[in-house]
Amino acid sequence: MAIRSEPLVAVGRRPRQPISLSNWLDRGTVFSWLMMTPPILFLVALVGYPFCYGIVLSLQDRAVAQTGTFVGLNNFIRDANDPVFWRVVANTFIYTGVATVLKMVGGLGLALAMNQQFKLKNLIRALLLLPFIVPTVLSTVAFMWMLDPAFSVVNRLLFELGVPKPGPSWLGNPILAMFSIIMINTWRGLPFYGITLLAGLQTVPVELYEAATIDGASGWQRFRYVTLPILQPIILIVTLFSVIFTFADFQLVYVLTHGGPQNATNLLATYAFDIGMGAGQLGLGASVALTMLPALALLIVAITLYLRKKS
Amino acid sequence: MITGYGPIQRTVRVWAPVLFFLFVALLPFYWMAITSIKPNSELYSLRANPLLVHAPTLKHYVDLLTTTSFLVWTWNTMLVAVISTAISLVLGIMLAYPLARINFPGAGLIAISVAAVYLVPQPLLFIPLADVINRLDLGNTLTSVILTYPTMLVPFCAWLLLGYFKTVPMELEEAARIDGASRLQTMRRIFLPLCTPGFISAGIFAFTLAQNEFLYALIFLTKSSVRTVPVGVISELIKGDVFYWGQLMAAALLGSIPVAIIYSFFVEHYVAGLTSGAVKG
Repeated sequence: MAIRSEPLVAVGRRPRQPISLSNWLDRGTVFSWLMMTPPILFLVALVGYPFCYGIVLSLQDRAVAQTGTFVGLNNFIRDANDPVFWRVVANTFIYTGVATVLKMVGGLGLALAMNQQFKLKNLIRALLLLPFIVPTVLSTVAFMWMLDPAFSVVNRLLFELGVPKPGPSWLGNPILAMFSIIMINTWRGLPFYGITLLAGLQTVPVELYEAATIDGASGWQRFRYVTLPILQPIILIVTLFSVIFTFADFQLVYVLTHGGPQNATNLLATYAFDIGMGAGQLGLGASVALTMLPALALLIVAITLYLRKKS
Repeated sequence: MITGYGPIQRTVRVWAPVLFFLFVALLPFYWMAITSIKPNSELYSLRANPLLVHAPTLKHYVDLLTTTSFLVWTWNTMLVAVISTAISLVLGIMLAYPLARINFPGAGLIAISVAAVYLVPQPLLFIPLADVINRLDLGNTLTSVILTYPTMLVPFCAWLLLGYFKTVPMELEEAARIDGASRLQTMRRIFLPLCTPGFISAGIFAFTLAQNEFLYALIFLTKSSVRTVPVGVISELIKGDVFYWGQLMAAALLGSIPVAIIYSFFVEHYVAGLTSGAVKG
């Protein structure tokens, strides 16, 4: 800190607050905004700007390495008249909806199973989290091999159980391919639900269960009327988060099926990638990606409002 | 809790669901491991029991490390993950500290914006970002991903640290302020050293997210020498319709190990980070 010599002040007059640079910098508002400027500039440059630029692109006919021409809403009109686009929208909603319900129910089951007393609990909890922390691309490659048309271990095991050869074509049949990506997404996301809900379960006071037991509540009734109401806010927030990231999922589908067979598993993110990067039509691809925005915006607003209410 | 079951029934009731979940979670990893040590004759045999290995071999690992650029990809992945995590922690602290500790006009708006930016998913941004990276002439450089990963990690770290900072008592900082320390000194000398556990949580999370990232790396990195593990594995170990399953599984296992090791040391911090957003808010 700078050492300053104070000017002598006449007795009886109140000293004027000296305004120096270090004092000014130490004001709460100034300090805060100065501190936050670098990260805010960074995010404006690499999130805010690309976001707005994406909107501009979506209004252009623009191929890679060429200048675009403004075409108004033509890209969106093309999307609306594209049967594949609507197929992709339907896929995205089915994928998100089914996977979210499975993760929610399964995650609750996982949390309840983990909330009991047993040996090696910490080790088992760590192992159960593995699907969530291992890079998705790598675990998806393992699933690809497990579902391989010729050497699928799943089909070999099914054969032992009496299912005739060659067994189901997990990635070649449109419905089974959708089923497969939903199951793998669930496998990956389940630990996130499980661990978060487990943390919630541990906040339920034991006294509540004891009181309910004394009042004659059955196990199901204790779960339904004690556990679930307390978990409800956590389930809500975890689900909102999970829905956003499932809705915009890319890597699992890109690696496992590339959106096939015949677009049966193509999602909005993979379709936007096909058009924007694969076919090089940046404008049209940006318009496909932007059609995710209304649903996402609703969810984002819901979460931020909820977080604000809580804090 | 008092239950009306005998010890055996109780054991079954506790362990049956736990074992079921363990089986489901670990089967793919078992399959990765067993495939990676099978000779090709067993891999593509329809007669041998697929769940066992008869003549284990390290050939796939040797091939992976000597005939592909796997080690280069691993180095790139580590480098990118470490640098982007460090950048994100620093920028995240700069956002979270004022929001958690100082009352100033606009704080609420910034906090909400940070949460909203965290929730903007990559697929909404990748096409315009690809063009931006091209114009900056950063294609096929590690800088492209080191710059873009923090776009997800900064809001994430800031949000996680904001929650953590609020749990640290104010008294020490107030005492330092009364003793004449400036805000910057208070933050650097008094506050930040108290928050190491929070930095570890946020850091591990950011590190795993950076290791996991695929979309930006796929678009920005098309040369083998700059690729990260996920992109390298997908683009170079799968050639057309030819799959080198032994090598692929060896790569999947080796690629998972760094994250798994780091995480096994800090699993408590990881869980604390995972649950802080949802439970403590």
